[in-house]
Parts: sequence; C-alpha cells; structure tokens
Amino acid sequence: MKPFRYFTALILSLLLLSGCGYNSLQMKEEAVFKAWSDIESTLQRRGDLIPNLVEVVKGYAKHERETLEAVIKARSKASSVQLTPEALSDPAAMQQFQAAQGGLTSALSRLMVVVEQYPDLKANQNFLDLQTQLEGTENRINVARQRYNEAVEVFNAAIRKFPESLTNKLLLHLDRKEYFKADETAKTVPQVKF
Amino acid sequence: MTILRRMLTACRSLPAVICLLLLTAAPLIALDVPRLTARINDHAAILSPATVAQLENSLSLFEQEQSTQIVVLTVPSLEGDSLEDFSLRVAEKWRIGQEDEDNGALLVIAKNDRKIRIEVGYGLEGTLTDLVAGRIIRDVITPQFRNGNFDQGVVEGTAAMMAAVKGEFSAEQSRSSSAGSENDPGGLLVPLLIGLFFLGRIFRNRWLTAGIGGVAAPVLGFFTFGAHWLIILALIPIGLVAGLLAGIVAASAGSGRMGGGGWSSGVGLGGFSGGFSGGGGGFGGGGASGGW
Repeated sequence: MKPFRYFTALILSLLLLSGCGYNSLQMKEEAVFKAWSDIESTLQRRGDLIPNLVEVVKGYAKHERETLEAVIKARSKASSVQLTPEALSDPAAMQQFQAAQGGLTSALSRLMVVVEQYPDLKANQNFLDLQTQLEGTENRINVARQRYNEAVEVFNAAIRKFPESLTNKLLLHLDRKEYFKADETAKTVPQVKF
Repeated sequence: MTILRRMLTACRSLPAVICLLLLTAAPLIALDVPRLTARINDHAAILSPATVAQLENSLSLFEQEQSTQIVVLTVPSLEGDSLEDFSLRVAEKWRIGQEDEDNGALLVIAKNDRKIRIEVGYGLEGTLTDLVAGRIIRDVITPQFRNGNFDQGVVEGTAAMMAAVKGEFSAEQSRSSSAGSENDPGGLLVPLLIGLFFLGRIFRNRWLTAGIGGVAAPVLGFFTFGAHWLIILALIPIGLVAGLLAGIVAASAGSGRMGGGGWSSGVGLGGFSGGFSGGGGGFGGGGASGGW
C-alpha cells in the first residue's frame, strides 16, 4: 500500500501548510485593517461634530476666540493627515497621525474646560446635545482604539511565532503593525486658571 | 516602589483636583461583571419587587415582538472604576441583543456614584443614537432620580428606550436571517477531494482522476493563494496523489451513499422559555452617560 503512505504524508503536508498560518495570518491582518477603519470612522465622526460645536459655543462665549480658533486649526490639521492601511506598518506615519489627532483631542478638552464658565451655554439644549454626542464619540474612539490594539497584538505575535514566522518570511512578507497609543497630550490635565 | 513614591510626592505638590483626575484616569481596580440572571439586575436594590416584575414583563414582551433585548443593571458602587469601561465590559460579557442584529441595549445605574449610562449595541446605534440616549438620561431618568423616584425613572427610561428602537427589528426578521449562516471548514482540500471523488465515480479510472487532480490542485491553488509558484508547484504532486486515492476510494465505495448533515439553525431568542441570556449582540461604545 505504498500510494497510501505517500498520500498520508502529502495530506499531512497540505494540512501543515494551512496549519502554518497561511490563511490565518492574512485573516489576522485583515482584522487589523478592519479595526483601523473603525478608528478612522469614529475620528471622522468627531471631526464632523466640531463645526456645529464651534458655532454654538461662539454664540455664548465670544471672549474665547483663541480657544475656538485652536480647535478649528487642530481639526483641519487632523483631517489633513490620513493613513492608508499600508502605512500602518510605518512608525513615522503613525506618529504623525497620532500627533494630529492628539492635538485635536487636547484642543477640544481645553474648550470643554473653558465653557464651564458659561452657565447660559451649559443650559442650552443644542450645546447639551452636542456635548453628549462628543462624549459618545470620544468613548467610541477609545473602544475602537482598544480593539485595534488588540488586533495588532494578535497579528504581531502571530508573525513572530513559529511556524507562522516561516510562512510569513517565505511567502507572505507581511510587516508588523504599529499600535495606536493613547495620546500623551490628551493624558495631561488641561490647565485650569481660577 | 520608587515610582509610586515619586508619584505620591508629585501629587501632594499639585492641587487636589488634578490629583483626583489622575487617579480616576487610571483605575487600579476593575469592577467584576455580575452574572446575568434576568432582564432586571437590581444589585443596588433601588427598585420595588412590583416594578421589577412589571419591567421584566414589558421587556420580555418587547423582545418577543421585536427581538431587541433591553437589560437593566444597577450596582451599589463603581468602586473607582470608570462607568464607560464597566458598562462596556458588562455589555460584552452579557452579549445582549441577537447575534446577527446586535440589537441590544443596557441601562446601567451606579447608585452611590449617582451615574447613569445607556450602552447601545451596534444595531441600534441608528435609532437609539448617543443624542437620543443622552436625552433619555437627561430629560426622562434624571428628573425622577433627583426626586428619589428610582422606580418611576427606570420604568420611564426603559419605555423611552423601547419607543426609540421600536420597529427597527422584528422577531421574524431575526429568525430568518440567522438561519442561512455559512462556514468554510476545509478551505481548498475538502472541495478538491469531493470533486475528485465524484470524478472518480464517473470515470471509474484512478489514473485519469489522478491526472485531473494534478491539474486541478494547482489551478485551484492559483485562485486561492494567488501567484505563489512555490505553493502551486507543491500542489501538483499533492493533487496527483489525492486524485489517485479518490479514484481508488470511489471505485471501491460502490454504491455507498454519503450521509449529509443538515444545517442547524438554532435561533438564540433568549428568554422565550425559562431563564434569560444574551443572544450574542456586539457593542462598540455607543450610547451616553449622565448623572443625577
């Protein structure tokens, strides 16, 4: 029964090939891309809220022109820096993207601190709605970022593990992906002057 | 330890407000997710038994009709955890909502923290938007809670949530859409072997089947893996032998029939009988938070 022995060996080697992660590696990379597109759509959502927010705040807080301008500037900067899925492996591009979005985060949180001084604004229904949406969006960004980082962790670990590492080196040539770190400037508490 | 000490001395030199902010930003303890036992999980004991029964009833009716799952959780305290983190953890663990619709929503109330959150599943984000959820908290629940009317607040809050998502899904729709799920276990190998098996049955010639396998395997490989010549070369002998074997098996199988397994179409409409469980819905941080 020689053919049977060959057959078993060959079936085993075929199973090995798929066991070496040829498909699973690509699925894991796809998961990273998907998680990234979720981040982008939540960030986009935040960007879309800003013009309305600025408009409402402007009506009540005329003296805060500087803060408002900083938000507008940060928004246009953030929307000008885009990242293609291929650039997810590029640390410099990721750094730039994070810096731009982080700038917007901190400009927005400064604005939210400033508006605390305007009771009329805080009672405005429009403003409350916008604030709710902005908070909701920030929360979604956080969730999307966490999930992206989890997908990256899985992928990066997979391409370094044997035997997937071999499959990747010989056939797929996928690069490790960069994490989307919690923004440093967003972590620092905005200065409150009394 | 030195880092901790340095942080503490740094904290002391900063205003207390900033210190507090830093501490809440990085909670050390993550609150445990309680077990899902019913639609109303009143761990803070702020609802009367009559209200719980009424809510159970109306929410279960709503699910039978609309397939949308709405669950209430009250906890005595968040114990320093962030409300948003906790609420999402609960939603992810309980998996409220039907699997293919993601139509679940969770109302979380932290009694001592005086905080409320509505966590909204992916499928309901279009109707129970952050805005709507925020308004329900602000205009419906909070005024009642301020007067100490927890029962009334939760009843009206869940009623507003139901009204917002009513008509978005129906139980019928959910049943039909979860039946046609596909899965692909064997990738390239299984269809190839089955195809060769049938060819073997037709031609009754193992060498011909082997030849076909030798050609079919690399061709299939080209379409599955793309132009990786190393793999395609390796697939030629694999296909040859697979074809040969399939031919032998097919010839010896005679008129034997292959048993076909039917698709199972389990619909997880939880709560129709007995205990309550989430249907497998997904969440992505949608919803709104508030306090009273």
